[in-house]
Amino acid sequence: MSGFVTLLKRDTKLALRDGGALGTALGFYLIVVSLLPLGLGPDLNLLGRIAPGILWIALLLAALLSLNRMFETDFEDGSLEAIAAGPLPLELVAAAKAAAHALTTGVPLVLATPVLGLLLNLDIKAYPALLASMLAGVPAISFLGSIGAALTLKTRRGGLLLALLVLPLYVPALIFGISAVSSALSGPQGASSSFLILSAVSLVSLVLGPVAAAAALRVQMQ
Amino acid sequence: MKLVLEQLSVARGARPIIAGLSFTVAAGEAVLLTGPNGAGKTTLIRSIAGLLAPSEGRIRLEGASEEFDLAQYCHYVGHINALKASLTVAENLQFWGDYYADGQSPPRLGRAHLDRVLDRFNLDALADIATAYLSAGQKRRVGLARILMAKRPVWLLDEPTVSLDSDSAGIISGLINEHTADGGMAIVATHLPLALTSPRTLHLKPFHDMVTA
Repeated sequence: MSGFVTLLKRDTKLALRDGGALGTALGFYLIVVSLLPLGLGPDLNLLGRIAPGILWIALLLAALLSLNRMFETDFEDGSLEAIAAGPLPLELVAAAKAAAHALTTGVPLVLATPVLGLLLNLDIKAYPALLASMLAGVPAISFLGSIGAALTLKTRRGGLLLALLVLPLYVPALIFGISAVSSALSGPQGASSSFLILSAVSLVSLVLGPVAAAAALRVQMQ
Repeated sequence: MKLVLEQLSVARGARPIIAGLSFTVAAGEAVLLTGPNGAGKTTLIRSIAGLLAPSEGRIRLEGASEEFDLAQYCHYVGHINALKASLTVAENLQFWGDYYADGQSPPRLGRAHLDRVLDRFNLDALADIATAYLSAGQKRRVGLARILMAKRPVWLLDEPTVSLDSDSAGIISGLINEHTADGGMAIVATHLPLALTSPRTLHLKPFHDMVTA
């Protein structure tokens, strides 16, 4: 397993040192969220009601922006082939890269959410539930996203195709993420069933994502 | 150990590049792959490295454990150097050392080993410089230095001396000689003469037929 940790550390270090991907994703998140009140008008009640949905969708789109670089940089500079010749199965390689994406893009986006919630008049009671649902959804975003990133590896300008492939896969996470927030607002039931299903979606994608991504990588590297 | 290619055929798409190639590399042998552009040198090397599936025939390493893939016995250095521009020379090499060390013994080659490798490739002065700032020849040296960061019996080098000066090319051929003297195997695709001790030559011709000199 030490190879997994080594790879995860390297990818995290690279993401922090290059910084571009995270900066772009955060900037995109901020812009999308701040454009919406301009389009909808200054109706605070309306904004507060739809805020969780807007934040979730904006988070998904922002995370999507950086997905295409997950394997592409390593593929272009030849590192992916050298990594594939290493001791780690390709499934774990894909898992390490998806985990690095979750840590360096997903988690920072979630951490920026409280600030953006202020822009949308998000109910103060909704903050814990929204952040919890987003954190639970981050693995689903990165690990399902890794499938699309692997499939579009050799596609020039594959960004749009990646969005078409991956966004439908995000539907369950989005539905149960939002309903976890609304059920937390409507009643004090502790962890709602929606939250548990969202966590299950994340756990399933932790397993399915790397297996599917590795299969796609094997074909792409031929 | 012995690398055996049996009736190997490799195709890119529908186009056959290598057809019915049988070849054996024994421990301690270095093989120079020559031939004009498009003869299939890279294709052959990549299929030994496990990056291209053969359409027919097979490649096996006699005396290797069944537990590992052939790829895990090979160091493949292709046309691109597998370097991360924002990492320093030392960080790049240390990553490969740590990553390849997983599950192997000795477990991890430390800083002292890295220093020896840097010294060997005349990279000492560049150790803490991000590879983005290196020249093409320096990058090539760092890319090749990866093969010393983990001990593997089969070296597959595709045009290793491209963009290297004659001193550096001498370092590479010296390393290959040491590796084969130590019982390793090396397959080197090259257009330039390398100062190897008693290399065998496999001359590839474009399309199908092969001639061994």
